[in-house]
Amino acid sequence: MARTTPPTTEGTTTPVAASAAPPLPGALVTRAGRASKASAGVLALAVIVLAALPYIAFAGTTSSMVTFFVLLIMASMWNLLAGFGGMVSVGQQAFVGVGAYTVLAFANMGINPFVALPLAALTCSVFAIPTSWLAFRLRGDYFAVGTWVIAEVYRLIIIRFDSLGGPSGMSLPGLNGMDPVLRGALTYWAALALAALTILGCYLLMRGRTGLALTAVRDDETAARANGVDVTWSKRLVYLVSAAGCGAAGGILIIDSLSVQPNAIFSVQWSAYMIFIVIIGGIGYLEGPLLGAIVFYALQQLLAGYGSWYMIILGAIGVAGAIWLPRGLWGTVTNKTGIQLFPVGYRLNQPWTLPPNLR
Amino acid sequence: MTLLEVENLDVHHGQLHAVRGFSLSVEPGATVAVIGANGAGKSTLMRAIAGSHLPTAGTIRLGGQDITRLPAHRRVAQGISLVPEGRRLFKSLSVQENLETGTYRAGSGPWNVDAVMELFPWMRERARQNSASLSGGQQQAVAIGRALVANPKVLLIDELSLGLAPAVVKQMYALLPRIVERGTAVLLVEQDVSQALAAADLVHCLLEGRTVLTGSPQDLTPAQVEQAYFGLAHAGGGPEGN
Amino acid sequence: MPAAARKETDYPMDLLNTLVQGLMLGGLYALFAAGLSIMFGVMRMVNLAHGDLAVIAGYLVLVLLGGTMFPLWLVVLVTLPLFAVIGYGIHRSLFSRSLKAGPLSALLVTFGLSIVIQNGLLEGFSADTRTIDMGVLNTGAFHLNNQLSISYLGLLTLILAVVVIVGVQLFLSRTRTGKMMRAVSDDADTASLVGANSKHLYAIATAIAFGTVALAGIMSGARSSFDPSIGPTQLIFAFEAVVIGGLGSLWGTLAGGVVLGLTQAFAAHLDPSFTILAGHLVFLAVLAFRPQGLIPQRTV
Repeated sequence: MARTTPPTTEGTTTPVAASAAPPLPGALVTRAGRASKASAGVLALAVIVLAALPYIAFAGTTSSMVTFFVLLIMASMWNLLAGFGGMVSVGQQAFVGVGAYTVLAFANMGINPFVALPLAALTCSVFAIPTSWLAFRLRGDYFAVGTWVIAEVYRLIIIRFDSLGGPSGMSLPGLNGMDPVLRGALTYWAALALAALTILGCYLLMRGRTGLALTAVRDDETAARANGVDVTWSKRLVYLVSAAGCGAAGGILIIDSLSVQPNAIFSVQWSAYMIFIVIIGGIGYLEGPLLGAIVFYALQQLLAGYGSWYMIILGAIGVAGAIWLPRGLWGTVTNKTGIQLFPVGYRLNQPWTLPPNLR
Repeated sequence: MTLLEVENLDVHHGQLHAVRGFSLSVEPGATVAVIGANGAGKSTLMRAIAGSHLPTAGTIRLGGQDITRLPAHRRVAQGISLVPEGRRLFKSLSVQENLETGTYRAGSGPWNVDAVMELFPWMRERARQNSASLSGGQQQAVAIGRALVANPKVLLIDELSLGLAPAVVKQMYALLPRIVERGTAVLLVEQDVSQALAAADLVHCLLEGRTVLTGSPQDLTPAQVEQAYFGLAHAGGGPEGN
Repeated sequence: MPAAARKETDYPMDLLNTLVQGLMLGGLYALFAAGLSIMFGVMRMVNLAHGDLAVIAGYLVLVLLGGTMFPLWLVVLVTLPLFAVIGYGIHRSLFSRSLKAGPLSALLVTFGLSIVIQNGLLEGFSADTRTIDMGVLNTGAFHLNNQLSISYLGLLTLILAVVVIVGVQLFLSRTRTGKMMRAVSDDADTASLVGANSKHLYAIATAIAFGTVALAGIMSGARSSFDPSIGPTQLIFAFEAVVIGGLGSLWGTLAGGVVLGLTQAFAAHLDPSFTILAGHLVFLAVLAFRPQGLIPQRTV
């Protein structure tokens, strides 16, 4: 009989089956392929180059890059939730809003908004706990609309606080004295750091136990439960992480614009953006949101002058993508070429044939 | 003229090549049984003939007409009805309503809801009952009735005996002649070899998707059937062995 | 009459009035929710563009009223079947493909559709608010006494909601097509073996949903003003009515609509800014304490 060795982590190659006779030639199971090792280097380099951008580019460029990073963070979080956790939410704007308002509340108390950013993420994951109790009672499509209602509830409650500006919102105190160039650069670095952290966090989360559990749940929830996977715990963890990420993104948004308007920050439009980016990029692939955000950003620049036609085209592309390109751009690419930037699964390096004694 | 003709049928079930080069013909008024062990490809074959699983190659003809690519719901009007494995009654519909669904695209013929209720008198009292509350044998009867009211030329029955008590199985098989005598041919798939041999005019034994034995039951010896059923003739050198 | 004096003298009558208004508002929500409930009951699909379709119906009626000599009743009579036909077409072309592509897909497709519709309407009709003028229906009311009045429109909407829900229920339980629709909903694969074309039957369910939501959109457009962006709000109210009532139960949907309407009316009575939040909170309370809804059994 074949004896299996448990594959070890971190890019090493492990012979998977040492069969009795004859020995199996070259059936190797690996995680990181050569392409993904190279891409890790490229990505690290990209982060370094991007970090230096405020020194080389105009403030306008770095400012619009902030929007890109915010979208990338949100889309990665939505991908984690829907693509890996199987929870299609149309209510992640709840945490974008709560994150922004948390920064505002701390700033009102005299705490520097940049310092308040991690607190915003933390607050959102705390808020996500009771939210998940309610939302997890709904399945599938109904989860989507349910989360949307919950986001509305957050908005309607927050506008009842006059100290937070009520229905018309308010401007963010605490950064007025700062040099605009420095503030711009700091915002940019914060957004870049969070985006990098988000991608890295998703990667580590998905290749660990949680990722395995979620993949099992996604494939067959009943079977996963029967095999001892704590389904609810894994889903809740992803939900909390996703809330934290969206909260931090909301925090960046208020720091970037120096004011908050409840209808805008709690707008379902954020969900529309997240969904579009992930669908186009490729749902269930960590690379998807990155590629999708680039496409989205390009479209945004291209169609900026066309008003609502921009959203019409976006919506139409989303519809078409959901039907005719269900794996998204990245899914289609990786299916044809086998390239993976962030390999969370295992792969066979050679076509593996069944040993003759088992044939 | 041959009623149902299956020629060189290949059906894949995902990666599995479930039915391989299968041929069969059913004459009007005949009862044909396909027997085989679990996983021999019987259910896939039935689903392919009924149209819920498209074959990869081969042809299916009904009354000389090619229906290989016809979707399931249009085959019903052509005269093919399947009693699916595990009965599969509509659980939110009553007994009566379950039978009525069968008349949706019914052809003309002797069968209707009343005729089925005559065949199974207990159904009248339970007509309004939810179908989920019935026993296994009763459910099987409703499933047969549901297929019959469409007045099929060929009635396909997938595992008539599955999950039923032996006495009930006997009752079910006692019904078959009453169906055939009204002009419907029956093609049934069965794991229970003795019942199938007793009921059928012609038997096909399926092993790993291929016919390994065919003939009329009285011409076949039990040993032949046993060998074909378990694939003993192929031990050590089966068609898929190395 | 001064408000203070009214509160002093006729408090019970005031409450009764709120109850009546809430009931009629609930009728509107039930009318909105009927289509959502049908689509979920038959094919487990939530149409996120549901509210936006209602808004399109409102604009279509305005356009037809302005551009033709047709009287209102004829315009409505044209709009409803037109929407049903559009629903059938959209199902066969778009929804059936997305249902085949997986459970995520239908949600994303209808969400995309919602965005296209909202922005398309914005492009075509601007963000100005509009109302459908139904003449005496808009303004007329039965004045039972000084405090208590029942508007023609509100009463008609409530009656229409009951008629639609009873009608759909009868269709599903009595007609051949309705029974087949339930069979397909139970087990589409087996239903095809008795001759059901599930795509066709699903499309009929979508057609019914589109027709009823168009009616809801027209009634709502006469009751209060609308603009291209209110679709999502309509969707959320309809959704809340469906969940409060119990998934897949049409009677539950009617009850859910009424509960939501009453909640909003009484909350508005206490504090107008609390209206919508109160409805949401009742919805969340149902989720927390009675997730199966008020009338949980599946009748669709």
